[in-house]
Amino acid sequence: MATTVIETRPDVLIDFDKESQGDVRTEEMLINMGPQHPATHGVLRVVLRTDGELILESVPHIGYLHRCAEKIGENLQPYQFIPYTDRMDYLAGMNNNQAYAIAIEQLVGIEVPERALYIRMIFAELNRIASHLVAFGTYGLDMGAFTPFLYSFREREMILDLFESACGARLTYSYINVGGVHDDLPDKFLDVLLEYLDYFEPKVAEYNQLLSYNHIFVKRTANVGVISAADAVGWALTGPVLRGSGVNWDLRKSTPYEIYDRFEFDVPVGLPGGSEGVPQSVVVGDCWCRYMVRVLEMLQSCRIIRQAIKQMPDGPHLAGKLKNLKLPDDEIYVEIENPRGQLGFYVRGDGSTIPARVKARGPSFCNISILNHVGSGCLLADIPAIVGSIDIVMGEVDR
Amino acid sequence: MSWIENRFEEGLIITSLDWAINWGRKNSIWPMTFGLACCAIEMMAVGASRFDIDRFGAGAFRASPRQSDLMIVAGTVTYKMASRLKRLYNQMPEPKYVIAMGACTIGGGPYFKHGYHVVKGVDLVVPVDVYIPGCPPRPEALLEGLMRLQDKITHQTRAKNPMSRLKESALA
Repeated sequence: MATTVIETRPDVLIDFDKESQGDVRTEEMLINMGPQHPATHGVLRVVLRTDGELILESVPHIGYLHRCAEKIGENLQPYQFIPYTDRMDYLAGMNNNQAYAIAIEQLVGIEVPERALYIRMIFAELNRIASHLVAFGTYGLDMGAFTPFLYSFREREMILDLFESACGARLTYSYINVGGVHDDLPDKFLDVLLEYLDYFEPKVAEYNQLLSYNHIFVKRTANVGVISAADAVGWALTGPVLRGSGVNWDLRKSTPYEIYDRFEFDVPVGLPGGSEGVPQSVVVGDCWCRYMVRVLEMLQSCRIIRQAIKQMPDGPHLAGKLKNLKLPDDEIYVEIENPRGQLGFYVRGDGSTIPARVKARGPSFCNISILNHVGSGCLLADIPAIVGSIDIVMGEVDR
Repeated sequence: MSWIENRFEEGLIITSLDWAINWGRKNSIWPMTFGLACCAIEMMAVGASRFDIDRFGAGAFRASPRQSDLMIVAGTVTYKMASRLKRLYNQMPEPKYVIAMGACTIGGGPYFKHGYHVVKGVDLVVPVDVYIPGCPPRPEALLEGLMRLQDKITHQTRAKNPMSRLKESALA
């Protein structure tokens, strides 16, 4: 046993003969990463069992941000619960509003006006861009590159300006509500939005130059934390994490909800190394693929928004009264594609105005479950790369 | 101060020790990266390009409590997190300051009534210097809060240890 090759990292060689010289006693060590750690994206705690630099086990511990969202949903009327959905996945407030609104609308049977559907979709896609920009920027931070963070937040602030002009909030919007959106678009909003898209699309090429093909970044992410397609499906992963493993599954395309069937767009998936625009060392399902799926999705979202602006109809933006809706004695489960994956809401009514049960399926919660499987056998420095590429939001993991 | 005028060459500065130390302290407040929830995203926005907290000397976010002066509690504190928060606070060297950012840290905020796992105000756990309301507060509000903290530091004096009050409550 002179030299051993770690299965998951063929580029790392450990010379055991050399290492074991001089009677150095080695032992396993438990390391607590988090809950206060800059690379865990919030308050995730990962307990690492290590043998030197090698990770033997990485168990995520959650619950540091449990804010009782489901219980609150069982105590408030649907329109009152909308602000709490904002705070579940606080990087994608619009998408979360949309998911809960759709669930209640389908349960009660509300017809949403056409214009509201288009406005909702524009905002959901804009929020997807904003969320992926944060993922892009903070992933750079995790990999030791500070500059991309400044660039991505520059563009994100402009999206937040658009949100602010429509609903008055920067982060927690409560804009998409049961029955439509609570305010119509401000004057000239679509013109400003088009201007922004013209400005933003060339920036993605800049990001690629800055980070995606950076030699150090590729070294740290390519062929690290590889999730096979079978594993990804088996662990119920969704969103960019699933598509990074090469599985072409996007709810917007495969089971279109609202009006997504009216638009043309592609679903980016992870491609093997050597394909067009993919470095040679990349393997399908590694951290780089997951990262790149997000970057490409931003462009696809721009494409959807452009089509929606062209088709935008006139008309009302809200379907009548929102308050004191009588929820029928029935249940509903709705899933939509959130920037992190499939966000599902289960709502059961009992004839009153307050739901009897609200349950959320958070994509981050399911995605983080694979951490131990993919983290074992990696090196210590790969853990931030893997956690960052899964792109969790702890508000949604713990709820 | 006529007795001192023209008696020294140029380049001599006269000040009080308090003023000089406070000037240094208030312009190099190093915050700890302590993002808990939604407010952390606004805290990141303050550190990023548009708002740029570096203008106030507070842009050096430290990952370790041992190197930081300021704990910005940005987000909901739960009962599970409260003991960790207290430990982190105790690990910070003095003088140390706490900003409670957002409605949740001030008093439970939207989780006050039904949030069975949410601490109803971070001041139940650690002493707070500046409260910033909002859900989440705008980045401008955080900068305003930082400036209020700077004002507070300006009026500190060596003669009376401002930390004595905090010490008592932190050890309680």
